[in-house]
Amino acid sequence: MNIIEKYGLRLSRKRARLRAYRKGLQLRSVADRTARIGGRDILAFTTLRNERLRLPYFLNYYRDLGVNHFLMVDNASEDGSREYLAEQPDVSLWSTTGSYKRARFGVDWLNRLQMRHGHGHWCLTVDPDEFLVYPFCDTRPLPALTDWLEASALRSFGAMLLDMYPKGPIDAHPYREGQDPFEIACWFDSGNYTIQRNPRFDNLWIQGGPRARVFFADEPAKAPALNKIPLVKWHRRYAYVSSTHTLLPRGLNHVYDVWGGEKTSGCLLHAKFLHTFVEKSAEELERREHYAGSREYLAYDRALKENPDLWCEWSEKYINWRQLELLGLMSKGNWA
Amino acid sequence: MTVGFIMLCHTALHRAEQVARHWAVQGCPVVIHVDRSVSQAGYARMVENLAPFENVRFCARYRCEWGTFSLVEAMQAASAMILREFPKVRHVYAASGSCMPLRPVEELRAYLQERPHTDFIESVTTADVAWTAGGISYERFVLRFPFSWRRQRWLFDRWVDLQRLFAMRRKLPEGIVPHLGSQWWCLTRQTLSAILQDPRRRIYDDYFRYVWIPDESYFQTLARLYSNDIESRSLTLSKFDFQGKPHVFYDDHLQLLRRSDCFVARKIWPRADKLYRHFLLRETGTRPRAEPNPGKIDRLFAKAIEQRTRGRAGLYMQSRFPNPGWENGRTAAPYSVFEGFSELFEDFETWLGKMAGSRVHGHLYAPDRVEFAGGDPVFNGALSASPALRDHNPNAFLTNLTWNTRGERQCFQFGPRDNQEISWLIAGDPNAQVSVITGAWALPLFRANIDFGEKRRAAARLQQIETEHVQVLRSPHVKARVRIWSLADFVAAPMEPLQQVLDEITPRALHRPIVAPRMVDLSGFGQFLQNLRNQGMQPTLMGEFPLNDEPFPALPVRRRPYLVK
Repeated sequence: MNIIEKYGLRLSRKRARLRAYRKGLQLRSVADRTARIGGRDILAFTTLRNERLRLPYFLNYYRDLGVNHFLMVDNASEDGSREYLAEQPDVSLWSTTGSYKRARFGVDWLNRLQMRHGHGHWCLTVDPDEFLVYPFCDTRPLPALTDWLEASALRSFGAMLLDMYPKGPIDAHPYREGQDPFEIACWFDSGNYTIQRNPRFDNLWIQGGPRARVFFADEPAKAPALNKIPLVKWHRRYAYVSSTHTLLPRGLNHVYDVWGGEKTSGCLLHAKFLHTFVEKSAEELERREHYAGSREYLAYDRALKENPDLWCEWSEKYINWRQLELLGLMSKGNWA
Repeated sequence: MTVGFIMLCHTALHRAEQVARHWAVQGCPVVIHVDRSVSQAGYARMVENLAPFENVRFCARYRCEWGTFSLVEAMQAASAMILREFPKVRHVYAASGSCMPLRPVEELRAYLQERPHTDFIESVTTADVAWTAGGISYERFVLRFPFSWRRQRWLFDRWVDLQRLFAMRRKLPEGIVPHLGSQWWCLTRQTLSAILQDPRRRIYDDYFRYVWIPDESYFQTLARLYSNDIESRSLTLSKFDFQGKPHVFYDDHLQLLRRSDCFVARKIWPRADKLYRHFLLRETGTRPRAEPNPGKIDRLFAKAIEQRTRGRAGLYMQSRFPNPGWENGRTAAPYSVFEGFSELFEDFETWLGKMAGSRVHGHLYAPDRVEFAGGDPVFNGALSASPALRDHNPNAFLTNLTWNTRGERQCFQFGPRDNQEISWLIAGDPNAQVSVITGAWALPLFRANIDFGEKRRAAARLQQIETEHVQVLRSPHVKARVRIWSLADFVAAPMEPLQQVLDEITPRALHRPIVAPRMVDLSGFGQFLQNLRNQGMQPTLMGEFPLNDEPFPALPVRRRPYLVK
């Protein structure tokens, strides 16, 4: 990588930060409890729209892991999400009616909040349907991981998105508020992921899983990216460039080993395919607020008309993180 | 006679305080050194909380930095104080604020009582250690290190380079043989006081001040001068990972730590409440006196380092994506590639499945579909039979297949009609067993019901593809087990090569007679090749086929079983 390319990346980062400032103006504070954030607190950053049903379990899941404060952006929810979140003692909430797409799918808003509140903290950036699983997460809270990362001089932690799905039609078992979504969507694809290295940002581009298998079997190049770097010891100069797939400076993207070893990594269990998905994809198709002209939702819509079963004979049933680590989807690395 | 502890603390003071209290209650004097960079308020709180214990003292504070002499100074100060103020102490145990006693103090006391003159200090010469960080082993004793490795890395490195360039070497003080080892030692009063009260201590101190990481070598070297009975091991269980930082213990290590029978462990995560609750409760139980046995923990951590540095062979994933050549196993398990066999033999896949007892696929890289065994639409690991998905990343398709089926050998057919992108992956993979009958692709062409002109064009194209493929398989970089026969040679004596290949797949089945597979009808094939020649295309890969049909020695073979041995 020559100097010009490096400078190009620097400009990209600056542009991302400028955008964050500009789009940050769209945010209206609903409940600002950021004064309660302690010096070593772990923060979670989330944008959402109409996720009232999922929120109670989401918040409790991360509270139990050891997240101390949630900073959330509500994008014009109409189902009471905003009111619910405003009441939570450990949530700071902003709301906006701005375009999700023009805020680069929420990245600009969150970059702004991270810039302002995340500096010096371990920041976890997740959607309300993403649940972080990391090595020993059943016995060691999140601060154990962040302490260890810090002692190992690591600034970022990779966790691949793992699409979870139910057996049978997606809407066969309605999800109830507060329920563990993986009681319903407990299946996943264990070994059909493909990886390419992106030389510009030095990150891996991972595709595959049930979405590639069922929805993008004819045009796999368009299948959604699954690589994510959700946990970062934030510095105000950092910026997410596209969703949580890519960060700048690019050193933060290097969450993989190239000399044959395995770095420590986790998974983001993705509870997308619940009964709400059918409704949501119809709505998103109308709003056209998603990536690449919502082509993902176009594909879903086409396939959903046939009411597909994502489950197949070789689907794996989720048990725990050790299973994922044995299957090679995540790794303990040298954390023992 | 008892054992006294010196403790070096810089973070998580409340935990250090708990441990100090634990020892003090059981009658062991404790001298605590608190790093000078700890706030005055934090220090004062700790002093106040431990004030009720008359056998807990605080020594002069130094600002400690990793890798510098300040750590030795702190240890000297604490040791001098404990020897001076507690004359009953016979052994001094060096511990840190993140240490945790795993066994009751009485057991440690009894253990030391039985070995009243033994110094427990890991102390090895530089030639014998492999764990020195930063590539500096013996040089740490003969170069000067005035700069901080943590804060002034650039100056540190340049200064080392400079000294190497000009071959600047320090002279070691007389009588000293440098030794290294863990800084968590347990020394007798006799040895420790001899070190501290040595008339030449000024000289030694001045020397070690510019040695790198002197806390790992000061006492370890000097103890060799005075001790008569060195047991070169640490009583503290402390393991280091590949970056040279200590492994941390968490709640889930409880059973491992209990069974290790070590006296003290380091380092404990300050928020491991369960560990602190468990081990700091005074145990009254009388377990048999056991020697420390950290074997299990050693293995656990050794495995972790192995996973971090070597990884699992054949695995490509989000946190392991090796550069070319660094895969340490391109694929996860051995597999076999058959080229031209299913064209030459009728129902070869079923036959092979029976003979080899492994999974036999059709042409996995066929242009129109992935021919999984049994025609399945999905395979292990939810691998899809969609050719588009496969062709999106053909190499990953194969590495995924071998990873998903670890433990079961995979065999598949391959040929010039298939996606050729995996040629190099296979050729350079020691796990691959490749058997090629060149030119066999012409057999289906020969029987196909299409215009001869078309056959001729297809033959030219397929021959070119296979020629390139064979070139790859014959390149000097090949690591696969490659066997190549021309069609004519193979047809002349098919059983021996088949037997060879099968033996390699199932070495245990050596004594089984193998039943020959049925060869397709070859009559007229020689003429077909001649027709191609007559049309101006030169078929080269098939070998020399006779024009007339009669002399096919393979024919009798299919009528009787072929016996080996």
